[in-house]
Amino acid sequence: MNDMTIEKSVKKPAKKAGATAGKKAAVKLKEHIVEIISDSGEGAQKCGQSLGAIAAQMGNGIWTTEIIPAEIRPPARSVAGASGNRIRIGAKYITNGGDETDLVVAFNEQVLLGRVRAKELKPGCTILLESMWRTNADPKIVASYIETHDKLVAAGYDVREIPMEEECKKIVADARRGKNMFALGMLCYIYSLELKLAVDQIVLAFGKKDQSVVDANIKLLEAGQKWAEANLDFCYSIPAVRATEPQLVVNGNTALALGVLASGMEICAMYPITPATSASHYLSEVFEKVGGMVHQAEDEIAACAFAIGASYAGKCTVTITSGPGYSLKQEGIGLAVMGEIPLVVVNVQRGGPSTGQPTKMEQGDLMAAIFGSHGDAPKVVMAPGTIEECFYSIITARKIAETFNMVVVVLTDAGLATSQQPFARPVFSETWMAPPVDQSPVPKGAKPYDWDENTGLARRFIPGQPGGMHTLTGLAHDRDSHVAYDAEINEQTLRFRSLKLAALQKTLKAPKVFGDAKGDLLVIGWGSTKGAIEEAVETMRAEGKKVSSMHLQFLQPLPPGIKEIMHGFKKVMTIESNWSDRPEDKIIDETNRRYSSLAILLRARYLVDVDCWSEVKGQPIKPGSIRRVMLEKLKK
Amino acid sequence: MNMMSDLNTATACLLQMADEHFELEDYQSGVPRWCTGCGDNAILAAVQRLCRDENLRPEKTVFVSGIGCSSRFPHYMKTYGFHGIHGRALPVAEGVKMARPDLTVFVNTGDGDCTSIGAAHWIHAIRYNMNLTVFLHDNQIYGLTKKQASPTSPIGTKSNTTPRGSYLEALNPLTVTLGVQNVSFVAQAADWIPEVLFDIVKAAYHHKGLSFVRIIQRCPEWLPKALDPWMHDPNKVQLLNHANGLQFSAGLSRVYKNQLEHDPMDINRAREIASSHDTIPVGILYRNPGVPCYEDLRHSDKLRTADLTRAGLNAELDKYTVWPQGAKEKVA
Repeated sequence: MNDMTIEKSVKKPAKKAGATAGKKAAVKLKEHIVEIISDSGEGAQKCGQSLGAIAAQMGNGIWTTEIIPAEIRPPARSVAGASGNRIRIGAKYITNGGDETDLVVAFNEQVLLGRVRAKELKPGCTILLESMWRTNADPKIVASYIETHDKLVAAGYDVREIPMEEECKKIVADARRGKNMFALGMLCYIYSLELKLAVDQIVLAFGKKDQSVVDANIKLLEAGQKWAEANLDFCYSIPAVRATEPQLVVNGNTALALGVLASGMEICAMYPITPATSASHYLSEVFEKVGGMVHQAEDEIAACAFAIGASYAGKCTVTITSGPGYSLKQEGIGLAVMGEIPLVVVNVQRGGPSTGQPTKMEQGDLMAAIFGSHGDAPKVVMAPGTIEECFYSIITARKIAETFNMVVVVLTDAGLATSQQPFARPVFSETWMAPPVDQSPVPKGAKPYDWDENTGLARRFIPGQPGGMHTLTGLAHDRDSHVAYDAEINEQTLRFRSLKLAALQKTLKAPKVFGDAKGDLLVIGWGSTKGAIEEAVETMRAEGKKVSSMHLQFLQPLPPGIKEIMHGFKKVMTIESNWSDRPEDKIIDETNRRYSSLAILLRARYLVDVDCWSEVKGQPIKPGSIRRVMLEKLKK
Repeated sequence: MNMMSDLNTATACLLQMADEHFELEDYQSGVPRWCTGCGDNAILAAVQRLCRDENLRPEKTVFVSGIGCSSRFPHYMKTYGFHGIHGRALPVAEGVKMARPDLTVFVNTGDGDCTSIGAAHWIHAIRYNMNLTVFLHDNQIYGLTKKQASPTSPIGTKSNTTPRGSYLEALNPLTVTLGVQNVSFVAQAADWIPEVLFDIVKAAYHHKGLSFVRIIQRCPEWLPKALDPWMHDPNKVQLLNHANGLQFSAGLSRVYKNQLEHDPMDINRAREIASSHDTIPVGILYRNPGVPCYEDLRHSDKLRTADLTRAGLNAELDKYTVWPQGAKEKVA
């Protein structure tokens, strides 16, 4: 039998669905977090995505996060098998997934248990639970259901048993297909969302199928709404302000792929790896329409080499991967650095090391991105902090790669990859595009590596350019690209390749401070933690605390001005989702503590006593946790 | 105005292409640092001759290599070259060809480079069947790293890592290649028969698809006597002739009497011939011009223009855009 321990939630009398009914006045909320979870394949993800899209159309701020089991088809009714979506709906712009869940729709009690144990549910959280299991033919299932139900009630959760299956069967023979639309109908009622928008979502999703499918889904949707209206004694409304500009609602991986589309790059070489692959799936679908192609190589090494070959002979290319795949590309990256071949490498980070937690969020690859490969291999490292930045960072990365003939690594993570957040619809600009491949004759006497003494920059010669013939080599080489056996030349060229980073750094702006430029505590972050950190800072500032934050989009080179900003604060710390030793551990002290990645970088570069706090739970760090950490740091 | 000058340049280019003739020196770069008697020298001579005979434009020709003695090859060509990393010559060359189908791309790879560290790429390169000419410089030993057994070293080969003789039967690159789906051209040459080597290099160049040429070559430094039995006894070399394959001169046929008529379209027979143990078959084992090339299947016929990109991007953005009331009309 399963471990049935459930920690106490809050004491609250449990109400039963149907106890009171009829139209209630909607309670106004600033925001709510809602989850829909089921076994894999029962459509909870679709339901959640639709709910997010509807709320966004209403004008609410949203942040949706996929809840993904590690396996394709985990056993039905299993604690680890929860699949679904988590949607934070707010009256204001939402920048992150927020704290614990307020309301959850669960298709069985086992997937629910998984969420309870992961402490993802708020104490007293409302649970709308499929009640069909109470009358299952298998007495073990009945026992498990009743036990879980009773314990959840005893723990203070507000459990409402909903006969979803029974109600759906009044409309369709197989309730497994369509229960999600019934749930969507209930949620539309609960959050006072326009049903018309939900109908539009159904037409969008099933429009290509026959009309009977669309009709059945609309019926289920309406039935869900009616049932909720007749049987639930609560109803909310979250005030919304309709946007005045068109908003794009996509997840981070789709945003990356759209960025590739917009950047003018022509080739993406990849090898399947979670959680990066969905970016390549989407790109495979659309890239050819604009003259591009996705090459699925035989392995990560080949994907990198293919991208390098294509980049060498044409426009800058991109290869998309995740941690373990990124490791396999290291030798190739070293070659691109040495040969000064432009290349964009996207690493959608996941839990590591090794196979680690493929579907979970972590920021563990910063050091590998900056110091990876072998020898001195300077490369640019960028990290988008929002879904919108996922899109624009690819365009920027392509430009930098081609301007400086460098490798640009873009670090996102599983959190960004699977989250959605609306942002202003991009308006295409021709300046985003790569220029045509230079095929003009090379001036007499020009050299393939004519490094500029001050910046290290050299123009590259592309095959097809008359007079530019040379052999690019991964060996140390001189200005003619001839193999250099001379130690002097080797050292000079190391200098040139390094200078390019400094040249780029000179073009960067100082990061913006979120909050006042002076105060008691500055929190520094990078990547997907941006929204959560800024939300925590905003909350604390409203409470009168003198805290600010700074988010770095460039990790290498670090932009100018950071030291000056840090000096405006009494304390500085980073908050990251990669490991740092816990100071409370008995054998950890200042001489052996391993800091979080960004903290190490900042301490080393600026000689400032930067502390850190990190959490590596495979989930985005919650603003509530960040607030607690900051309050503690202020006290110390 | 701009268009006119573009046209002028284009015309000038065409005229130039028709006019220009290249000499051997136009392809020669530097003095090879290979050992005297190394088979790489023979391959270089054959390839430079091919470039001249075919009047290949040096700026439109790329030699891609990995790491090893033979991978120094591009440095000695006055074309574009890419001397990359160990084992990865094939995927680099594939990238070059995909981005630029207009370029003529050759690959130089050694037995360690191709059949050991790069073995996965080798199998898949055959399957992609891109229009590349691949030379496997097979001297059955690691040379640059100073004498270690390679997968093609005959069993019993004494080397620095196998001082008591190598333990395993040698890998046969021909049978492996002929076993991969989409194989379209397989030939074998020997560095000490330069006339046939050149004919094979030429046939390989003219084949559309991946032409895989294994060149058995001597390593005078590390395995100086390994190929003596075949060099000293021409009957241990079997020349493959056919009306659709190679035909040999009378002079050559006087020396190499062991000849076999073999139709390069017959893959089953090719596999048998490739499996022969004692004799070295030399000639074209297999040729099938009908296998599609990956770059033809995959290379976009659309030019990636700003207009096409704008239209494609906007069509995609439309799918995911939440339009506030009245905004759609405004953008349109």
